[in-house]
Amino acid sequence: MPTHLENEVALVAEARGGSEGAFTTLLRQYDRNIYRLALNITGNQEDAEDVMQEAFLKAYTHLDRFQGNSRFYTWLVRIAVNESLMKLRKRKGDRTVSLDEPVRTENNDLMPREVEDWGDDPEERYAKEEVQQIVSKAIESLEPQFRVVVALRDVEELSTEETAELLGLTVPAVKSRLLRGRLKLRERLNPYFKRG
Amino acid sequence: MNCRGVIQQFSDFLDEELDPKLAEDLCRHLEACDDCRVVVDTCRKTVKVFCKTEALPLPPDVQARLDRVLAEKLKKRS
Repeated sequence: MPTHLENEVALVAEARGGSEGAFTTLLRQYDRNIYRLALNITGNQEDAEDVMQEAFLKAYTHLDRFQGNSRFYTWLVRIAVNESLMKLRKRKGDRTVSLDEPVRTENNDLMPREVEDWGDDPEERYAKEEVQQIVSKAIESLEPQFRVVVALRDVEELSTEETAELLGLTVPAVKSRLLRGRLKLRERLNPYFKRG
Repeated sequence: MNCRGVIQQFSDFLDEELDPKLAEDLCRHLEACDDCRVVVDTCRKTVKVFCKTEALPLPPDVQARLDRVLAEKLKKRS
């Protein structure tokens, strides 16, 4: 088992035994990922902050329910995803958010309109912070049903199966959303990364 | 496999989840079709950019509010 996972198991055991220090250390390891995930799903800083706080408080309150048969991080992600989706659904004027709404099956809209080479490592033309802004803006521009799947699969690097389970979708539904999401992101990044 | 087939399958191909026979067909198509090669290549780079982007530290004010909320919760418990 990699060292960081061994540490995670040990910290969870201590936290379940009542160690506040262990719980705080656990959260510190993941706070930036959970905040980024919430920000990517909700597209709103205030909501992302609320989601992170709620997720951590719930994790603390329900730590005894954590079975230990998945990673603590995955459990935390599950809580944060649920909180983020609740935020999205509550938001007035947002005509979203049915994740299980079928995506259009006809393929005409899938064919890329722009076909331009990017060259090697196109992101290296930008400073790290600029790339982060480009990436956030691109994710934010996606419809929620694509945004959530891309955030879990390509940003947090969960597996297709984990993503499907977390979102209550089938594996083919996740794959279909991921494919469309990736094509849309490629289009959004094209103006920044194309050659010349 | 034609161009439409490539677009339908490229995502599984990038994740190495495509049936080997289909992957072979797709690679053969890419050798002959510049447009599809560029699309698949730029999609691969798109995924790479997203995977590589590190999460930034929490903004200091967000961190401070989180610390405060957690400290209150922990205090109530003890």
